[in-house]
Amino acid sequence: MLRRVFTVPQKWHVYQKEFFHEIDNLGISSLPIIAIISLFMGAVITIQAAFGFTSAWVPLYAIGYTTRDSVILEFSPTIISLILAGKVGSNIASEIGTMRITEQIDALEIMGVNSRSFLILPKIAACMLINPFLIIMSMFLGIAGGWLLGTLAGVVSTYQYVYGIQYQFNSFNITYALIKTVVFAFIISSVSAYHGYYTEGGALEVGKSSTRAVVYCSILILIFNFILTQLLLS
Amino acid sequence: MIELKNINKSFNGRHVTQNFSCQFERGKTNLIIGESGSGKTVLLKCIVGLTEPDTGEVLYDGKDALKMGAKEKQNLRKEIGMLFQGGALFDSKTVEENITFPLAMFTNMTEKEQKERADFCLSRVNLKDAGNLYPSELSGGMKKRVAIARAIAPNPKYLFCDEPNSGLDPKTSILIDKLIKEITDEFQMTTIVITHDMNSVMEIGEKVVFICNNQKWWEGSNKTILNTENKELQDFIYVSKFLRELKEKSQG
Repeated sequence: MLRRVFTVPQKWHVYQKEFFHEIDNLGISSLPIIAIISLFMGAVITIQAAFGFTSAWVPLYAIGYTTRDSVILEFSPTIISLILAGKVGSNIASEIGTMRITEQIDALEIMGVNSRSFLILPKIAACMLINPFLIIMSMFLGIAGGWLLGTLAGVVSTYQYVYGIQYQFNSFNITYALIKTVVFAFIISSVSAYHGYYTEGGALEVGKSSTRAVVYCSILILIFNFILTQLLLS
Repeated sequence: MIELKNINKSFNGRHVTQNFSCQFERGKTNLIIGESGSGKTVLLKCIVGLTEPDTGEVLYDGKDALKMGAKEKQNLRKEIGMLFQGGALFDSKTVEENITFPLAMFTNMTEKEQKERADFCLSRVNLKDAGNLYPSELSGGMKKRVAIARAIAPNPKYLFCDEPNSGLDPKTSILIDKLIKEITDEFQMTTIVITHDMNSVMEIGEKVVFICNNQKWWEGSNKTILNTENKELQDFIYVSKFLRELKEKSQG
């Protein structure tokens, strides 16, 4: 299927229009949910870190340090990608699946359009481009949420938290997170599109395709998370 | 002209179309009729290339579509317009975008020219003011008419209609039938309509092919169909008691 997806677009400006539509549909529309989850998860990580560091030997700036690394290394790239697998993956699978059962894909084929490329390529490109921005935003909001609720709850001061998030900062962690994000974005868009494209039957099967897409995406994200971590960090 | 030679298609050993041969002339509305499950839609899919027949030839003006290369096949598809059973309009696009889509994709028309063509096609199907509506805002009959407008927008040489009247009231059905006939005459297309609606047969059936037991059973026109001696076709036409009694009365 991917061989037919990655072909030269039949008309660049039509594909370009679809690409920007997908940026909005798959990326911009995910902003609110990612913002809310990131803020609260960052806050919870901070409070849990403060709860765990009861020893007098552990400095309070370790709370900021722990929150930063948890958010950058794992929470934002992996957990947010898993959430996007649910939201974006089911959206892609059900949209393409519905087009399949209502003969819209047949209509494209009859017109002479390479339906795989036209429907799937803009989605893959949009996800791979917009997801890193979403994840960077999630990192900022996660760390900001930790600071906001950590200081409000009185578990850490602003000075200690900011010192912690600056302490021994390794910029490769960001690169590692973004590499993971791009790979996960490809998995989410391509696997979901595959399940949607090969839907057969009616509305019930569209629902099943959508569920299958989310399950497969989640499993593949976890497997590739392990593989990429081994490759990049060990 | 479209010519089919010995088309055979089976799924999992079950024959759906057997030795189907027929000619469909240009400028005529050709109807393929038959009971549900008789293989009409599969035959149509074989003709348009959505399904590949097991054996046989599908000749478009003498050229076998099954032996064409990818590029040639793509060029052929640009000459095909198809009206699907449910309309198959793109949900995410407006009526106007649906119609201009094949033009944007395969022609070098400017946006203004595309819009003018869409307006012309919409006025041709009496939906002048529906350009900004989405398919979900249209009735069943309107969807079919928009689908016809989209099918004729790139000026196709061949028009295929898969049960254009399904789910429509008799009045709207006749309107759609007349529209298909008018468009076929006006643009001199080769039109093939799949239906099991006898109103359509009588209204626009210049050539009628009856499929029974997955084979071509009878061939004629709307002028000869009512006087057929073919038992299976009689059973198909005079299925209601009312029509049977009417026929017996007319025969004296």
